[in-house]
Amino acid sequence: MAMLTVKDLKVNYGMIQAIKGVSFEVEEGEVIALIGANGAGKTTILHTVTGLLKAVSGEITFDGHNLLKTPAHKIVSLGMAHVPEGRRIFQELSVYDNLMLGAYTRKDKAGIAETLETVYTRFPRLQERKKQIAGTLSGGEQQMLAMGRALMSKPRIILMDEPSMGLSPLFVSEIFDIIEKISKSGTTVLLVEQNAKKALSIADRAYVLETGSIVMSGKASELMNDPSVKKAYLGEA
Amino acid sequence: MEFISQFINGLNVGSIYALIALGYTMVYGIAKMLNFAHGDIIMVGAYTVYVCLSSANMPAFAAVLIGIVVCSLLGMVIEKIAYKPLRKASPLAVLITAIGVSYFLQSVAQLIFGSREVSFQSIIPLGAVSIGELKISGEAVVTMAVTILIMILLTLFINKTKAGSAMLAVSEDKAAAELMGINVNRTISLTFAIGSGLAAIAGVLYACSYGFIGPYMGSMTGIKAFVAAVLGGIGSIPGAMIGGILLGIIESLSKAYISTRLSDAIVFGVLILVLVLRPSGILGKSRTEKV
Ligand SMILES: Nc1ncnc2c1ncn2[C@@H]1O[C@H](COP(=O)(O)OP(=O)(O)O)[C@@H](O)[C@H]1O
Ligand SMILES: [Mg+2]
Repeated sequence: MAMLTVKDLKVNYGMIQAIKGVSFEVEEGEVIALIGANGAGKTTILHTVTGLLKAVSGEITFDGHNLLKTPAHKIVSLGMAHVPEGRRIFQELSVYDNLMLGAYTRKDKAGIAETLETVYTRFPRLQERKKQIAGTLSGGEQQMLAMGRALMSKPRIILMDEPSMGLSPLFVSEIFDIIEKISKSGTTVLLVEQNAKKALSIADRAYVLETGSIVMSGKASELMNDPSVKKAYLGEA
Repeated sequence: MEFISQFINGLNVGSIYALIALGYTMVYGIAKMLNFAHGDIIMVGAYTVYVCLSSANMPAFAAVLIGIVVCSLLGMVIEKIAYKPLRKASPLAVLITAIGVSYFLQSVAQLIFGSREVSFQSIIPLGAVSIGELKISGEAVVTMAVTILIMILLTLFINKTKAGSAMLAVSEDKAAAELMGINVNRTISLTFAIGSGLAAIAGVLYACSYGFIGPYMGSMTGIKAFVAAVLGGIGSIPGAMIGGILLGIIESLSKAYISTRLSDAIVFGVLILVLVLRPSGILGKSRTEKV
């Protein structure tokens, strides 16, 4: 059975149907990309998976747990971390305090210290700036902090919502390198991106979302060569 | 000498305002709402202690402890019943509800104890302290000492404990806090409990300093504490402290040297002036709220 299964998910904002029956699966160890234009419903799906939004109907199962019946604050201790769109770091707290909040549900002090070391190794900039107030970091550094904060919970799956949004090309490459490394270290990744080219280049499989429905899915390498994907999402004729 | 003693009187009253302002500011910072019933919690605290002392003959320490517990529980219950269902409602609906809760508490007190004020025998065992010609009442000394102690403990609690860091996270971004595994409902509940517990202490100190209690004692006091919180920068804990003390001193000096009748007008005048010059208060930050 897949690690994460979403089945016929429907989500509304008031009367407006934003997600119209979406199904997908994430197997342990995979990098799954969920691509789609602005407004397609990518963020809505991730928010529903981690309990920030309520579904109208459908099923979300993670490791045998029914996530639609799990309150948002209990998701992270199941082993699922969410790097939200727009980073949502705690702007007024220090880099270090942000990272420690990522480990909020953990009680093993030695283990937390160990994870902190691995996060600092992965993001040396965060270690250099650990006392700095998070709101004063650059956009790319804030994205690193959001990812580091999520890693502090030692998740088995990490959901990332547009990690490359608003970053300079140099930072974009760096962020995607790091996502690959996170995946290689054994963490499953569900990556939501508008930057389809980059996302497909590191994903195993991908789903294409259009106005609340999945219109295509398959191996990332195949989707990359699909004429309609090329035209609509990769900016190629 | 007269000036110094008026100044100390201002510190005394200001400390009480500061303790109440802390509750206003914590609840605003974390739940983003103005709990206008907060002032009336001091009245509930004072009456609880009064009943424990006069009817149950309890030792003062036990009575105060019960007052704190009763108010903390009351704060949590009010939040759960009256405010929690309105968390996504318009601020106006919340404000009207809070005013309703305030009148409710006053009416219940009036129903049980009558509308007349009753005298309250100070429970502070310390006599007046004399420094040369200057005499400082035991009540003033204890009120200021307790306020400073609470301020230190609260700062340590927020910056050094896990529950404190959860409060800071919730005050900034509730959804992100949930993603960290923080139970936002419980954090808000804890905030109401702490704020209301502090209000109970303020109520007892008020009763000891003024020597009486009544169903409406929290009304004007609460409004002034709210002014103090806004003056200091609502949402800021040191701001509540500074705002409270400043307000107490301004009030006391204007009563002594300008006019007793005008003192409240002067207090509100200062508020308006500060808000014109610094809309977010003395220590307040203007920050954009996230959804
Ligand atoms: N809070 C909201 N209230 C109403 N509609 C919303 C809200 N958030 C998103 N939507 C709508 O839902 C759709 C999906 O949005 P979203 O999930 O943010 O898309 P994406 O992340 O793919 O850009 C869009 O049409 C958007 O306008
Ligand atoms: Mg989005």
